[in-house]
Amino acid sequence: MNISEKILAKASGKNVVHAGEIADAKVDMIMVHDLTGPLAVAAFKKIGVTHVWDNQKVVIILDHQVPAESVKAAELHKMLRKFAKEQKIRIYDVGKGGICHQVMPEKGHVLPGTAIVGADSHTCTYGAFGAFATGIGSTEAAAVFATGKIWLKVPEAIKINVTGQFQKYVTPKDLILSIIGEVGADGAIYKSVEFTGPAIRTMSMAGRMTLCNMTVEMGAKNGIVEPDDTTRKFLEGRTAKALVPFESLKSDADASYEKAIDIDIADLEPQIACPSSVDNVKPASEIGNVQVEQAFIGSCTNGRMEDLRLAAQILKGQIVKDGVRALVIPASQEVYSQALKEGLIEIFTDAGALVCGSTCGPCLGGHIGLLASGETCVSTSNRNFIGRMGSTEASVYLASPATVAASAITGRITDPRELEA
Amino acid sequence: MKVTGNAIKFGDNVDTDVILPGKYLVLIDPRELAKHAMEGLDPAFPEKAKKGVIVVGGKNFGCGSSREQAPLALKHAGVQCVLAESFARIFFRNAINIGLPVSEHKGISAAVNNGDKLTVDFETGTIQNLSKRQSLQVAKLPPFILEILSDGGLMENLRRRLNKK
Repeated sequence: MNISEKILAKASGKNVVHAGEIADAKVDMIMVHDLTGPLAVAAFKKIGVTHVWDNQKVVIILDHQVPAESVKAAELHKMLRKFAKEQKIRIYDVGKGGICHQVMPEKGHVLPGTAIVGADSHTCTYGAFGAFATGIGSTEAAAVFATGKIWLKVPEAIKINVTGQFQKYVTPKDLILSIIGEVGADGAIYKSVEFTGPAIRTMSMAGRMTLCNMTVEMGAKNGIVEPDDTTRKFLEGRTAKALVPFESLKSDADASYEKAIDIDIADLEPQIACPSSVDNVKPASEIGNVQVEQAFIGSCTNGRMEDLRLAAQILKGQIVKDGVRALVIPASQEVYSQALKEGLIEIFTDAGALVCGSTCGPCLGGHIGLLASGETCVSTSNRNFIGRMGSTEASVYLASPATVAASAITGRITDPRELEA
Repeated sequence: MKVTGNAIKFGDNVDTDVILPGKYLVLIDPRELAKHAMEGLDPAFPEKAKKGVIVVGGKNFGCGSSREQAPLALKHAGVQCVLAESFARIFFRNAINIGLPVSEHKGISAAVNNGDKLTVDFETGTIQNLSKRQSLQVAKLPPFILEILSDGGLMENLRRRLNKK
């Protein structure tokens, strides 16, 4: 079996599961946020049970419309706080958490070998820690609140073996964009994507999270990385629970994969996903002259310390071009605080970038930094669909934090290596 | 379980941001959501869907966000069911869980023209194109999914099953 199959077998109380079979899995952890939680709570109340199956295994995170951008959002937040209090569920409120997919691992809710569902499509991020994690909807979340279980078809798997070393200013974001460009937006539909190889072993948790985060953009059910010492080090001091032996979370030598893809990243260039599909990917060097009005660094894809350090390295002593709004949004309160200690916030503000409190914000066009018709944004987030960040007549280009920082300085989409020359 | 309606066709990779833009996610009333169904591709869609329509999509229908408000908006706008070449998995599950029938069939786009009158029988797995006088056989949905749909959604299904115990 591969890692995903091993976790699903354990979760469904079986010795072995095979791709295609339905696993009736016990859930180790479920997360809902302020845009999916209210529907889940309303649905839960219809079932007729009084309490969630295990209040230690439910987490609510307010992150999408925070701080409340409207009275409607405020009412939703109020409803979730009330539900959390009634059910004695952990809730990460404004100022205490941040973006759900950063907060969940930071606060020790994501452990290797566990089965996690979340009412958000980017729940697949947690696969970076060797967990089986996938996104579900609100009604299904309510069913998990009541029963602690979910049916999951055991996915076919694609193995992506990554070798080589990134060139300067080339990042895991460029790797995953290039993979999605090759595989296509529906190329891994219903499937598991397992990242392996020497380049993954030397990659930070932040990089692995960026890779797993975007597997849903090729349709995948989950992304996953075998846990190792890097994983262990990240989790140190974040959980009181004993970790399962990582030996049990290795794919067997005879594990079956629908296909295997080998990638050498030595020659990989910075990549851009052009409007309006995540698989419309080109190297930054071939993008031509694309002027931007907004540059956004943040989101559950690229709002971590490693991302902010890279952006700060490029923005240090530089000025954001007139006519460009640069927004920097740390992925969590912890990231914000660390960025402050390292002097990164000062670098951003001195450069003329606006640093906002942790929120999903502009990524989904909910609030903060929406785009007007005819405007263009270069963004470290994960989707460039029509209307995603505001007007249906705006354009979104997805890129790495290095590319976005470089573009903020020049006012056009810029290969960060150009600034070195 | 049988539904009838005129087809409204869309292309590949119809994402949940065009089905229901993010700025409307603070709306709770499904009737309010329905007013914005498909706003990113066709703002006139809610008007067209009122009389009961069948959405026919291409590959990867419903990709992107896990927002259940997307299938809810379609259902309450008057969509009877969604047929597509393939679905994004979260949309597929969400649609069933809120009681909006969905069925995957390779070749459906070519077999249906915009406006064709269709009848879909989910128990037998038959799609009849009344305008073209053609019949298609598609994979039947598993019995437990049909049960959820005939109960009207997962909550209704769960309430019935838990009360039976």
